[in-house]
Amino acid sequence: MSTPMEQLYQQLILDHAKHPAHRGAQEAYDVEVHHVNPTCGDEVTLRVRLEPDASGAPVVGELTWTGQGCSISQASASVMSQAVAGVPVERALALSADFRELMDSRGVLPEKFDDDHLDEALEDAVAFVGVARYPARIKCALLGWAAMKDAVAQAAATTPEEGR
Amino acid sequence: MTDTLDRTGPADEHDVAPRTLGPAELAAVRADFPLLTRTVRDGRPLVYLDSGATSQKPEVVLDAEQDFYAQRNAAVHRGAHQLAEEATEAFETARHQVASFVGVADDELVWTSNATAGLNLVAYAMSNATLGRGGDAARRFALAPGDEIVVTEAEHHANLVPWQELAARTGATLRWLGVDDDGRIRADELATVVTDRTKVLAFTHASNVTGAITDVAPFVARAREVGALTVLDACQSVPHLPVDLPALGVDFAAFSGHKMLGPTGVGALYGRRELLEAMPPVTTGGSMVEVVTMESTTYAPPPRRFEAGTQMVSQAVGMGAAATYLAELGMDAVAAHERHLSGLLLDAVASVPGVRVIGPTENVDRLATVSFVVDGVHAHDVGQVLDDAGVAVRVGHHCAQPLHRRFGVAATARASAAVYTTDEEIAVFREALAGVRAFFGVGD
Repeated sequence: MSTPMEQLYQQLILDHAKHPAHRGAQEAYDVEVHHVNPTCGDEVTLRVRLEPDASGAPVVGELTWTGQGCSISQASASVMSQAVAGVPVERALALSADFRELMDSRGVLPEKFDDDHLDEALEDAVAFVGVARYPARIKCALLGWAAMKDAVAQAAATTPEEGR
Repeated sequence: MTDTLDRTGPADEHDVAPRTLGPAELAAVRADFPLLTRTVRDGRPLVYLDSGATSQKPEVVLDAEQDFYAQRNAAVHRGAHQLAEEATEAFETARHQVASFVGVADDELVWTSNATAGLNLVAYAMSNATLGRGGDAARRFALAPGDEIVVTEAEHHANLVPWQELAARTGATLRWLGVDDDGRIRADELATVVTDRTKVLAFTHASNVTGAITDVAPFVARAREVGALTVLDACQSVPHLPVDLPALGVDFAAFSGHKMLGPTGVGALYGRRELLEAMPPVTTGGSMVEVVTMESTTYAPPPRRFEAGTQMVSQAVGMGAAATYLAELGMDAVAAHERHLSGLLLDAVASVPGVRVIGPTENVDRLATVSFVVDGVHAHDVGQVLDDAGVAVRVGHHCAQPLHRRFGVAATARASAAVYTTDEEIAVFREALAGVRAFFGVGD
């Protein structure tokens, strides 16, 4: 039986915070966004490049981010990057909506996150369920996701699907 | 030891303080604050070290508001009935309590919704004067391109953004004084930054981040030399130090009720009488007028000229009760107690490896407000671990982003004490802080 604090700071989160994935600033990108959490000054700058799949539908290609913030925000941006890199834009936005649902769960795991229903892309994201018990920290966990959602939507709206 | 004037001597408050709160007195104070007895996070006693953000409220303040609504509630300054008289009496008594607490006359104290509103009131009055409102008398508040507004890098956004906006509206230029490595405003820059072009010098009496207390005298002296108005952010000083605004010599000062044991929704703006008399109104409407015709309006004298619409009467009454409560404790004793706490906080932070103070590290001319960074751990995470031990601190930029940028950090954790804070609470804070780096597996 772990304490709420141990659930908040699961080892997986601490590991991601220490060794974040997709951290960097790629040279080729369609869109760069800068998102801040005004209450605590956390920030993330995210670059994304979309690529068409075989049918011409947009897929999240290369995605990198830099930023500063608490372990929750950094780990969440890391987990987000791994979840959406290489997936179709539509699915990336759906994963973002799923994560939002997890944050709104008040710490009770929604059905779609249990072992039988879990989208494997969100395997690591489940670790953030403990964050939902701390309303002040939810924005930290959402920062990277919000940046991704914004960047991908902008890129999808401005990038021609073919001929790139 | 009798040298009560030596403020740079050894940090033993018994040597220098005229009077402090004894253990029995402190216990009695704590018993006045119902909230301090509650527990947080699975039964841990609350250690409230976030008084810099907002203070807790003694029962006399809660009772004053309750009593106003239960016994005296009516519209003030209108109505011919007894309740209206009693409500007006309560409202104006509160004004007297707060005004006398900071040494000013009742008609020099304007109720505002908070300190931010007070600072904006001055900035917008200057805007209106720039547009010609208030006539010749208000011309001294008018700004033009070439004029300068001087602030400091230590300011809370509330004493920075309104001046940025005023500069943008009037074409005046915003300049600022830097801060030194201790977080103190660079008074040595006054001679070069404050010039004949300076029309306003706005600065904080005490930083809500570093806790550094400003020696106001050289600021006022330089402003007078060049004919600039002074605006003091007194939010952090009035609740913790004896403050005599006329003795400080500033032209305007703003502070809030909720940081000085009073309610939210109320604050006060002090302005020297001749200035308030010459200043055009900002918010207009009911209660602040003399004669209204369809074409034009003449305005009531201050302070009512600046108090349009129904006022926050119960909160004002609560703020009056808070001022009286503090005055009865004696602000010299409050300040001495908090100076002792400041020393304990500095010692606590210094005793934990990997923790760095942003602000003065010597217990001289500073509040019991100590901001710090923990190497390898973000402030938000520090706050969470402290919270788990029942310790409430503020984390983030504390509405002072430029000051944080000056120190190369995005966020700090801040422990801020008040009159009701005890030695034991600071010991709990110290112990929790000592566990932070281990929790996150940084350090040794």
